[in-house]
Amino acid sequence: MMKRELVCIGCPLGCALQVEADGGKILSVSGNSCPKGDEYARQEVLAPKRTLTASVRTECGSKRCISVKTVPEIPKDKIFPVMEIIHTLSVRPPISIGDVIVHNITGTGSDLVATSAFPS
Amino acid sequence: MRALVVIGAGASGMAAAISAHDSGVKDILIIERGPEMGGILTQCIHSGFGLHTFHEELTGPEYADRFQKEVLKRGIDVLLNTTVLEIDSHFIRYINSTGIYEEECQAIVLAMGSRERARGALNIPGERPAGIFSAGTAQHLMNLDGCRIGKKVVILGSGDIGLIMARRLTLEGSHVLAVVEIMPYSGGLKRNIVQCLEDFSIPLYLSHTITEIKGKKRVEGVAVSPVDENLQPLPDRSFDIPCDTLLLSVGLLPENELTKKAGAELSSTGGPVVDDSYETSLPGVFAAGNVLHIHDLVDYVSQEAEEAGRNAARYILSGECDEACIPVVPGHGVRYAVPQFISRTGKDALIKFRIAKPMRNAVISLISDGRIIKRMRKKVVSPGEMERVSVQKSLIDSELKLEVAENDET
Repeated sequence: MMKRELVCIGCPLGCALQVEADGGKILSVSGNSCPKGDEYARQEVLAPKRTLTASVRTECGSKRCISVKTVPEIPKDKIFPVMEIIHTLSVRPPISIGDVIVHNITGTGSDLVATSAFPS
Repeated sequence: MRALVVIGAGASGMAAAISAHDSGVKDILIIERGPEMGGILTQCIHSGFGLHTFHEELTGPEYADRFQKEVLKRGIDVLLNTTVLEIDSHFIRYINSTGIYEEECQAIVLAMGSRERARGALNIPGERPAGIFSAGTAQHLMNLDGCRIGKKVVILGSGDIGLIMARRLTLEGSHVLAVVEIMPYSGGLKRNIVQCLEDFSIPLYLSHTITEIKGKKRVEGVAVSPVDENLQPLPDRSFDIPCDTLLLSVGLLPENELTKKAGAELSSTGGPVVDDSYETSLPGVFAAGNVLHIHDLVDYVSQEAEEAGRNAARYILSGECDEACIPVVPGHGVRYAVPQFISRTGKDALIKFRIAKPMRNAVISLISDGRIIKRMRKKVVSPGEMERVSVQKSLIDSELKLEVAENDET
């Protein structure tokens, strides 16, 4: 059996979590103050994921960059492969918040979505 | 004559204007120095905003956009690229590319936010090489302008902006060699230690500081030294870290040049003294957000500003002004408390405060004239996280004091 202490990143409260796991099975989660903490602890031990946010260059106009995020979260070990794709991108207006910039980025099943607008 | 002028279109200014409008004041002008609404949120592209307000995790630009849409929907006037030069209780002077303007107004909400402490405040010896940035400037250059600022980076200060920039720089291919923190604990949120430093194995040197910046034309390195319990560097244990860039994330200061010039009374937070309606010592001048005290969550900025906007509207519509006669005193273990005064009007007052040092099993006591009127327990408290407590006004006599102590028994 394995015991792990984690800090929940689900929200700024930062609950101190204790997880007991046996191989690929979670036995117990404690220290969380909401269901999100339980979910985070299980995911963090079995297959950690993160929301990746970054800036993407624009080709023209008054704005040099727009901001983007991955929806849903991507596996932690895909952060740098996704960044490599982001570095090759260049977008042009119009872009609205929520527009998908890249579908299924590097096969993660997550989309790269605009979080700032660039009207034409 | 304008009813209400709001200075700043960041998180605080937008929320104040929206709530004043919804409280019945329609003649509102927001004046913003920058080219767009949103303030610092536009460069905070990371997520973690809006969990309290919208029950979902948004990025800074998305959070700002929600409020901006509400401002535009209400037809509130916004002047961008415009700087306020001077204010008085019922008067405002501002400048933009078309000229200098003066306007009378019934009330003002100060929502200018904060600025970063700069290198000059730290007295670090060295030349003035290129490659030294405040963390917020670096954030602006990277996130909005798409610049790379350096290859090998050391960050001084472990507040949230420093931690978030450590991750951001790493993602953009820079090598963050160290985050150096003079205190024995980080000033940032725990979640940021995990997802910004630990995720990328970036070392955090607690109880260390930078004692010298090396390099003449460009930064070539920094001397890092451990500090003793009085925060004094121990030079014989100092070591060098070669780097080309230094980021300073050493705290925010409420931006109150206008407030000072207008003669408002200031408090130890660097912001104006306010009562629980967020009115300053100048009648009809309200303040909310980082201009008042530094917040760690934007959601609380929006809440505070909504309250200030509502009270400004009440002042404009009814001319009512509560006499705030009960002082709020930060006692043992408390660094500051806001508001500094509360009135007898209304049922409850919300007190926000920061504690002086990290504690486990903390007991927070609210004391009125020597009598404990409320007691709260918290497992962990830290100066990096603002505490909030609501208190029933009818329980207070002539003074309210806050104390925080560690309880070893539990």
